Amino acid sequence: MQPDILVKNLYKVYEDGHQALKNINLEIHKGEIFALLGPNGAGKTTLISIICGIVNLTEGKVEAAGHDIIRDYRKARASIGLVPQELHTDSFENVWAAVSFTRGLFGKAPNPAHIEKVLKDLSLWDKRNNRIMSLSGGMKRRLMIAKALSHEPDILFLDEPTAGVDVELRRDMWEMVRQLRENGVTIILTTHYIEEAEEMADRIGVIRQGEIILVENKETLMSKLGKKELRLHLQQPLESLPGELTLEPVELSEDGYELIYTFDSQQEQAGVARLLRTLGDLGIEYRDLRTRESSLEEIFVGLVHE
Amino acid sequence: MNLYGVRAIYKFEMNRMWRTLMQSVASPVISTSLYFVVFGSAIGSRMGDIEGISYGAFIIPGLVMLSLLMQSISNASFGIYMPKFSGTIYEVLSAPVSYFEVVLGYVGAATTKSVILGLIILATARLFVDYTVLHPLWMFLFLILTAVTFSLFGFIIGIWADGFEKLQVVPLMIVTPLVFLGGTFYSIDMLPEVWQTITLFNPVVYLISGFRWAFYGVSDVHIMVSVGMILVFLSLCMGAIWWIFKTGYRLRS
Repeated sequence: MQPDILVKNLYKVYEDGHQALKNINLEIHKGEIFALLGPNGAGKTTLISIICGIVNLTEGKVEAAGHDIIRDYRKARASIGLVPQELHTDSFENVWAAVSFTRGLFGKAPNPAHIEKVLKDLSLWDKRNNRIMSLSGGMKRRLMIAKALSHEPDILFLDEPTAGVDVELRRDMWEMVRQLRENGVTIILTTHYIEEAEEMADRIGVIRQGEIILVENKETLMSKLGKKELRLHLQQPLESLPGELTLEPVELSEDGYELIYTFDSQQEQAGVARLLRTLGDLGIEYRDLRTRESSLEEIFVGLVHE
Repeated sequence: MNLYGVRAIYKFEMNRMWRTLMQSVASPVISTSLYFVVFGSAIGSRMGDIEGISYGAFIIPGLVMLSLLMQSISNASFGIYMPKFSGTIYEVLSAPVSYFEVVLGYVGAATTKSVILGLIILATARLFVDYTVLHPLWMFLFLILTAVTFSLFGFIIGIWADGFEKLQVVPLMIVTPLVFLGGTFYSIDMLPEVWQTITLFNPVVYLISGFRWAFYGVSDVHIMVSVGMILVFLSLCMGAIWWIFKTGYRLRS
C-alpha cells in the first residue's frame, strides 16, 4: 500500500553548514498516528517543515499522499494541514476570517458549514467574531488547529500541539485527534510530552542529531525496550544484600526495607519465582509487593542518551 | 491556477485597508491636500504659469505620483513583511500556491489600494485647483503601470527587510528625494543644462513627465520614453522577484 508520507534518503544542510537531517528514511501509513520524538534541536521541526514545503530539502525525495512535494507540490501541499509549534496569528483578524483565509489559500471553495463545524468542534464558535488578539493562549492553539483543518486535509502535522496548554484542553485535543484518525486522517505528532505519545501514538519514531534511530510500533517498542520492576516491601530491614541475591539484578533500598528487582519485560518471568523462592529459603519475609513497567519516557531517555 | 488562494491573499490585504482607513486613506489624502492648499491655492496664485499651465495645476500630476509611489511601496512591502515578522508566512509557504499567485495576491491588492488612493487624491485636488485631463486613458495606464511597478518594488523591499527601519529607509530616504527632484514642482527645462542631464538619471522624472503629459499634453521627455522606462523598471522588478522565489531568498531556508 502506498504510504501517506514517504521520505527517502533525505538530507538537509543549512547555509551555515549545520547538518540538520542525515539520511532520513520514513514511511507513514494512512490513518495512523505517528509520534516523532526527539530532544530539542534533533531535527523534528526541520523534517516537518520540509514535508510541508516551508524549508527546502538538500537531497532526497519526499512524497505526501503519493505526490512528490517538489514536482507535484500543489497536490502534495493541498493534502497537508499543519499546526506549527509557535502560535503565529494575525492579531487583528477575527477567528472566522482567519480560518476562512486558510481554506481559500489551500485552494478550497468557501464552505461556511464546514468552517462552522470545525469551530464548533474546537469550542471556538462563540468566539468567531472576536479578534485573535483577545483570545487566550489555549484558544489560539485551538485556532491554529481549526486553520489546519479548514481545508479538510488527509494528513495533519501537529508540531508540539499541547505545549503550554492546560490538562483539560490537552485531553480535549487528544480526543479530537482520535476522532480525526477515525475519519481516516493520518496524524504526525511531535511532542515533548512522552505521555502524549504513549496515550495516542500507533507508531513511534525517535530522532536524534538529525538521524532517525528507531521506528517501531508503540507496544512493540515498550515490550522490546521496556523494563519491569518488582518491589518487595520487607517486614524487617536488611543491613546488606544477602550473598544468595547478589547474582540477581536486585538492589536494596537505602533504608533496607525494599528489595528492587529489575527484569526485561520480554524475558520469561522465571526470575521472579526464583527470587521469591530464595527469599523463602533465607527466611526473609515481605508484607507487600508491587510491579511496574517502565514508561515510554524512560525508554526515550535511554535511547537518546545511548 | 489556485484562484481561491489568490483571492484569499487579495481579500486579506484589502481587509487590512478597510480596517485601517485612517492610516491607509485619510492620512495620505490629508497630507497631499496640504500641498494643494499651500502650493496650489495660496502660493500658486502668486506664481507664474509653467508651459502655459497654472502652477497649482502643474504640480498635481507630480503630487499624485508622489502618493502613488509611496503608497504602492508601503502597501506591498508591509503586506509581505508583516507575515514574515509575525511568523504567519508559514501558511503561504506551505499552501498550494505558486510564486506567481502569491505575487498576484499581494501586489494586486497593493496596486488596487494605491490606485484607489490616487483617484481619491485626484478628486480631492479638484476642490482646490482647476485642472483638465487631456488623455484620460493614458492617465489610467500610467496610474496602473506605475502602481504595479512600484508595488512589485515594495514587495521586494518587504522580502529584503529584516526590520521596520529598513521598510522605511527606501521610501523616505530614496523615493521621496527622487520625487521632489524629479520635476514635481518644476519643469526640468527650468534647470541649468548640467542639472538637466543629471536629472535624466532620476527614473521618477520619466514617470512624472509621462503622467503630466496625460493631463496637459506637455512633458519633459517624449511619452514613449516614459512608457519605455516604466516597462524597463517593471521588468527589473519582475526579474528580481523571480530570483527571490527561485532561490528562496529570505523566505525559505
